[in-house]
Amino acid sequence: MAEPTVLSQPAGNALSEEQRLATRGKSKADLLLHALFIIASICALFPFYTVLISSFGTPTGLIWPTTFTLEGYDQIIKYGVGRAFTVSAVVTLVGTFMSLFLTTIAAYALSKKAMPGWKYIMSFIIFTMFFGGGLIPYYLTVKGVGLMNSYWVMILPSAVNTFYIWIMLSFFREFPASLEESAKIDGAGDFSILMRIVIPTSMPVIASISLFYAVDRWNDWYTPMLFLTDADKYPMQLMLRNMLTSISQILSMNNGVSAIDQSKVKIPQDSLKMAAIMVTSLPIMAVYPFLQKYFAKGVMIGSIKG
Amino acid sequence: MKGSLLWKRIVQYRMFYLLLLPIVVYYLVFAYIPMYGVTLSFKKFMFNKGILGSPWVGLDNFHYIFRYSDFWTAFRNTIVISIGRLLIEFPMAIIVALLLNEIAGSKLKKLYQTVFTFPHFLSWVVLGGILVNILGNTGAVQLVFTHLGFGELSLLSDSDTFRGLLYTSNIWKEAGWGAIIYLAAIAGISPELYEAAYMDGANRWKQMLHITWPSINGIVAMMLILAVSGIMNGGFDQIFNMYSPAVYNVADILDTFMYRLSFSGRVNLGFGIITAVGLFKSVISLALLVIANYLVKRMGQEGLM
Repeated sequence: MAEPTVLSQPAGNALSEEQRLATRGKSKADLLLHALFIIASICALFPFYTVLISSFGTPTGLIWPTTFTLEGYDQIIKYGVGRAFTVSAVVTLVGTFMSLFLTTIAAYALSKKAMPGWKYIMSFIIFTMFFGGGLIPYYLTVKGVGLMNSYWVMILPSAVNTFYIWIMLSFFREFPASLEESAKIDGAGDFSILMRIVIPTSMPVIASISLFYAVDRWNDWYTPMLFLTDADKYPMQLMLRNMLTSISQILSMNNGVSAIDQSKVKIPQDSLKMAAIMVTSLPIMAVYPFLQKYFAKGVMIGSIKG
Repeated sequence: MKGSLLWKRIVQYRMFYLLLLPIVVYYLVFAYIPMYGVTLSFKKFMFNKGILGSPWVGLDNFHYIFRYSDFWTAFRNTIVISIGRLLIEFPMAIIVALLLNEIAGSKLKKLYQTVFTFPHFLSWVVLGGILVNILGNTGAVQLVFTHLGFGELSLLSDSDTFRGLLYTSNIWKEAGWGAIIYLAAIAGISPELYEAAYMDGANRWKQMLHITWPSINGIVAMMLILAVSGIMNGGFDQIFNMYSPAVYNVADILDTFMYRLSFSGRVNLGFGIITAVGLFKSVISLALLVIANYLVKRMGQEGLM
């Protein structure tokens, strides 16, 4: 009769999740925590929900959807969202690929601590994390290089991120040296070691870094705002910003207009803005479940190993 | 003899130098040339002459900004907002991590984490637009307040509420994401420690205090150094997308001040003067970083440098 109990013991010393939880004791605190987190989750998501329903024509301020119309989406297509979306997509794709390439080769080279001059090159790069020229010198430099009003301005000046190099570098440093040595004995050159051994085995970190870069690119509105003068070249974020700034103007001059009057006048315009917000966040919403897993991994690699 | 040995090693590593070449050029152009550009703080910038050809004016630019009252408003706001962020926002990520850890083993934990990290991936342009939608004159929050009989509120254009809104909305965006790094540290704790503590009669609160907290306070110290060195930054992205002239007196930070007075204002101070503001800011940031690093090391934690 006693045997099944013995069998149900887990092998080895590892504690099962249940046992670990048991050591914490069970209490009403669990219920309280869940209640707290459920309320916090609702608060966190509620703003997105209101944007979603007002993009389909429900006047802002109403909590239940009252209408369903695609007019807002129809209008932003006429407004030129297709073009801005394409600009954002191409800049994100090309930019991410380029950043990834540069970051990978640089981080790999920097992982070779025995390289003569390593210390100087490293300080040269790390120093830029702590001191910068500031807005105006940066602006004049980018302008001086001839990138003003060019699509490349959204890619080149932010081509590499020092922090991401650092994350990848600490990952490469953990790479077993013996693997590279044996490949060398088999006649592989430095370059083919990188391409055939190092990169394929570093896919988790490469995936996280490429997602970091892609989100940064997609979300960038500041660089284009500084350097693009031609509205035809605007990416999604900047186009959205321009559409939204009129709201803050209304906000600061709203005296005398009652809330109801405003909502009546603004229904089509609001749904247009909300539709633009939805479209701008669409790619991130689409890949988010996938993103989250890799991002968390990327942060952990950077924090624990670094 | 020694020289030729070094040369041999350099030749041996030639491929790696080649791999580094693109980013060395990148840093030279986009980081070091702008660093040289800070000399503009001591010059009167003339468009036709560029940075190099513009005439030196000594400390004139600094004398000018120190007498300019809007500069001091921006300076004060930068410090006040950043300290507010350190006191209010910084602990939130730690609290979220500690609380999430307490519900380990639940599938719901993953769901909460997914919900809390989501806003991190959207830009402040998008989030600013969403905030205006719910907090504006026709938004859901206004509707609720009207029902409760509070009348017209304008949270985003009110000097009394704007900073509170800055902190709250940044917690909404970043607390869940910030918690990841602490959760990673907590995940590395051996479960046997908890078991032993439980045997000794430690309840959950005591386990958190004596096991979980000591194992993450090193990372907390490191994050604190980074946060302190960022005091002069104050969060351009967020403020620029949320503020309006009505709240400049409490919301204008050095970064927004510099942008406005260089590119979009009716007042244009000139590039030399704005560069002086930037240099002033960078030097203080660097000093804060060094001081924070020193203090953390003195307290027995591992510093950044």
